[in-house]
Order: sequence, then structure tokens, then C-alpha cells
Amino acid sequence: MKVLVAIKRVVDYNVKVRVKADNSGVDLANVKMSMNPFCEIAVEEAVRLREKGVASEIVVVSVGPTTAQEQLRTALALGADRAILVEAADELNSLAVAKALKAVVDKEQPRLVILGKQAIDSDNNQTGQMLAALTGYAQGTFASKVEVAGDKLNVTREIDGGLQTVSLNLPAIVTTDLRLNEPRYASLPNIMKAKKKPLETVKPDDLGVSLASTNKTLKVEAPAARSAGIKVKSVAELVEKLKNEAKVI
Amino acid sequence: MTILVVAEYEAGAVAPATLNTVAAAAKIGGDVHVLVAGQNVGGVAESAAKIAGVAKVLVADNAAYAHVLPENVAPLIVALVEQGGANGYSHVLAPATTNGKNILPRVAALLDVDQISEIISVESADTFKRPIYAGNAIATVQSSAAVKVITVRTTGFDAVAAEGGAAAVEAVGAAHNAGISTFVGEELAKSDRPELTAAKIVVSGGRGMGNGDNFKHLYSLADKLGAAVGASRAAVDAGFVPNDMQVGQTGKIVAPQLYIAVGISGAIQHLAGMKDSKVIVAINKDEEAPIFQVADYGLVADLFEAVPALQQAL
Repeated sequence: MKVLVAIKRVVDYNVKVRVKADNSGVDLANVKMSMNPFCEIAVEEAVRLREKGVASEIVVVSVGPTTAQEQLRTALALGADRAILVEAADELNSLAVAKALKAVVDKEQPRLVILGKQAIDSDNNQTGQMLAALTGYAQGTFASKVEVAGDKLNVTREIDGGLQTVSLNLPAIVTTDLRLNEPRYASLPNIMKAKKKPLETVKPDDLGVSLASTNKTLKVEAPAARSAGIKVKSVAELVEKLKNEAKVI
Repeated sequence: MTILVVAEYEAGAVAPATLNTVAAAAKIGGDVHVLVAGQNVGGVAESAAKIAGVAKVLVADNAAYAHVLPENVAPLIVALVEQGGANGYSHVLAPATTNGKNILPRVAALLDVDQISEIISVESADTFKRPIYAGNAIATVQSSAAVKVITVRTTGFDAVAAEGGAAAVEAVGAAHNAGISTFVGEELAKSDRPELTAAKIVVSGGRGMGNGDNFKHLYSLADKLGAAVGASRAAVDAGFVPNDMQVGQTGKIVAPQLYIAVGISGAIQHLAGMKDSKVIVAINKDEEAPIFQVADYGLVADLFEAVPALQQAL
């Protein structure tokens, strides 16, 4: 079956971001960008499904700036067959991304769509669920295990109290949690090969989708800093401070 | 304005997260209705009716809503919003639990509005603050949507009283059964200790614990303190403890009165999940560990000596 994987270009997870002086956002100038870690897990899962003979074709899609081609090439090097870039402004809200992805789903007709559960920049955790709503498909969010069983998909989900397993009709939407798999690194020969794989660029207008949003970011601030406290010398001193100074025990 | 709060519940009663979410709704202002969707949830609805400040409890008790599958519950919420028309709900709120995060974006997309995720404060009826970049920045977001769909980070709002209210309970709606998903089973961690996100004291272990067996030192310390036990992502990834114990950006967000970090270095990812705790204690043998930069009280010591000594001293 055909698997569609959606990925996002974000600030690399090792970067400590800084808020701009004018509070208009986070400073992204000369900052290392990478594929969102949860999206890497999504690509890896699709590649593993093909290795098991379940997936026949892997199409990777990103809705974002021209530079997101770099992350699409990375996904191609990891094993995706072809890529689609829906070229749009940098900062889109989740509903707009979900609408663009819905248009791609309509065109490509995948049996399974895999996304990361959240992007580590906006921390929204919305796009997969929204795509499921727009397509009318079932959703297996925060997945730690995915198994195709005939025309159904069994998804084990990481929930607050432990794990939950649901059975979904295909086609379905899956969003990945951390423990679904450990992504591989792309090999040099595969990176070279990825340069020749097809990468198609489309505009949101071509897909007939509106990127309007009901959310507007008014300002972005640094969080209140927590100052370091004191070092205690012994367990006895710690207990004394907790009892008499902090009064929490 | 009328606000619909989607209740989180467990063991036949509303969960503490619901009380924090009602508190956020009260900050927005207006009547607060609570929706209890599930199967055999009469007891949950009764407990919801007692929550201080709740005007009405809507109960959708049907097999289709068992295990709150989003494919069935989202259309129910959308129907409740739409039947009110212009005089209907101005806001739909749910706690940012795994249930809330699963269901609410599906509701938002069906209503054709953007959601505002994990708010930590209410600035006005349409403007909210929320953390981005793992809490390294705070965004102020304004919504122009006719119905504002919002998840609430429970640590941002002090819970309202669970008792004292006397709201009317009203059964709602025919079942929405999309028929595209079914519940297969669940493995819930069993524990006599308090729930992580509701505990007043949390003791967490990191990679420094060495192995899963060594967590017994933390369990006995926690039992003496009446505390919950958590873990860093490093400890979970190393297989020491199950994932439901993870505190951090991608795990649980906690803000107890006292957080004791044992053998935790203090990765940004972990700090994002606990830095709003009132008092933070760090026990680590590496005095350069970043956790000491946020700790109120730091103890540079071997945890295998310090933790039993601490337990003795209490």
C-alpha cells in the first residue's frame, strides 16, 4: 500500500532558541534547521513498513518554505521514493497545514498517513488529528506500535496512564511518539541517490486551499527565569531547609 | 458567553485535570458547562455536578463514547456547539491530557478554526499565553474564531473546589458512531502512589539511577513522603521504568510543591516538564550538572548514599 509521510522543517533540537528583542518571535537567523524529531520517526516507520513488505511506495510531503527541500532530500535518503513540497510562507498554523495535506491526500490516495505527534517549535500537537478530521479517517495518535492486520490497523498508543491499543479502519492517520522506533542515519550512497529522486513543488493555490488562520501571535517573550538556589552540604541541612525555610515537608 | 469544558475522568469520578480546566474557564468568564462523554458515566456526571462554579453538566452516556474514541466524541462536541448557533458555546476547553490532545484538534478542524494548545494563562476572553519551543519562549496568541477551541495546561491553573456546586445534570444527544475505530485493550500502570500530575511531592530518577532495580530507593523515599515517582526521558529510554513515568516536554508536565530530582542531569527536555515546581531539590554527584541551575537546594552527593540518608532523616 501507499504510505504518505508528512514532515516539518524546524529549529534543530540542540539549539537553544532566543527571543527577538522586539518580541515578534524567535530569532531564526543563522540557526541550524533540521527535520522535526517526531517526523524522523514517521519516516523511519514508513521505511520499516516497506521492509516488511507492507508499504509499496513512500511519498514524503512538507508544507513550508523553499528550504524545506533539504529535509525532503533527507527523507528521500532515508528511503522515501518521492517528495512533494507545498511551498508556503514560514509560519503556518496547523489547520492550514492540515488543509494542504488533505489536498495532497485527495490526489495521492494513500492507505496510511504518518505524521509526528508534534513539532518541537510550535508544540501544537494538532496537525495529524486535524487531517484525520478533514479526511474523515480514523486516527491513532501518540503511537508506540503500528501493525497492519488485513484492512485494519492496530495502533498501540502512549496515554497518560500507560498504553492503549485501538483498531482502525484503513485508510488511517497515525502520529508518532518517541518510542515507536529509533530512526536510522542516512548512508552516503543513499544521500547521493536521493539527489536523483523526484521532488515536485506545488503552490497552495494550485491545491485550492486557503491558508488563513483564526490565530494571531501578538508577541513572544522569554519565560521568567528561575534563579539558581543554594548548595547544601549535607542531607541533614537539606532536611532542615525543606522543613524550616521552604516549609514543603 | 458560555464555555463547554470536556471532562477528563477516571475510576468513576472526574479527574483533577478537570478541576484545573474549570478554573481556566472561570478566568475567561461566563457560564461553565461540563460535558461527560462515555459509557456508564452516571457517577462521573454526579461528581462533575458538585464542582464549584459549574452551571450545568451534560452527560452523553453511550457505548459509542466508551474509551472516548475521538472519531465518535469529536462529532458529538461539534453537534453540541452547532445546535447552540450564535447563542451557543463561545469556547470549548479540555485539559491537555492525552485524551484532550487527541480529541480537541479533531473538533477544531471540524469547526474550521485553529486550536490554541496548552494555554498557561488567560489574558482576556480571546487572548491567551502558551509555551512554545519546549517552554523556552512564551507566545501570546489571540483567536478570532467564533468558537475558541483550547487545551489547558493544568499546571497553569489552580484547581477549583471539587465540592460545593449543585449543577443540573442533563442527558444529551443521540450517539455519533463513526464506526471506523474500535477499542482493543489497555495496559494501565497500577500504583498506590499519587498520580504524577496531581501529586504535591514528586521524586524523579534519571540515568544516574543506573538500572530499573535501583528505583526501589526512590519508591521507598516516595512512600515516606506520600510522593509520586517520575523519571527523565533518559531513564525511560534506557528501559529502567515505563513511559508513563516520564516527566518532560514530551512526557508529563508537573508542578508540585516539591520536586526532588535524583541522578538527573537536567536536559532542556526534562526542565520543560518540571521547572514550574514550587521548590526544586537536585541530588547529583556531578556538580556541573545543569539541574543545579534551576534547583533551589542542590546536594552534590552520591545518590546511593544520599537517598537512603534522606529517607532516614525524614
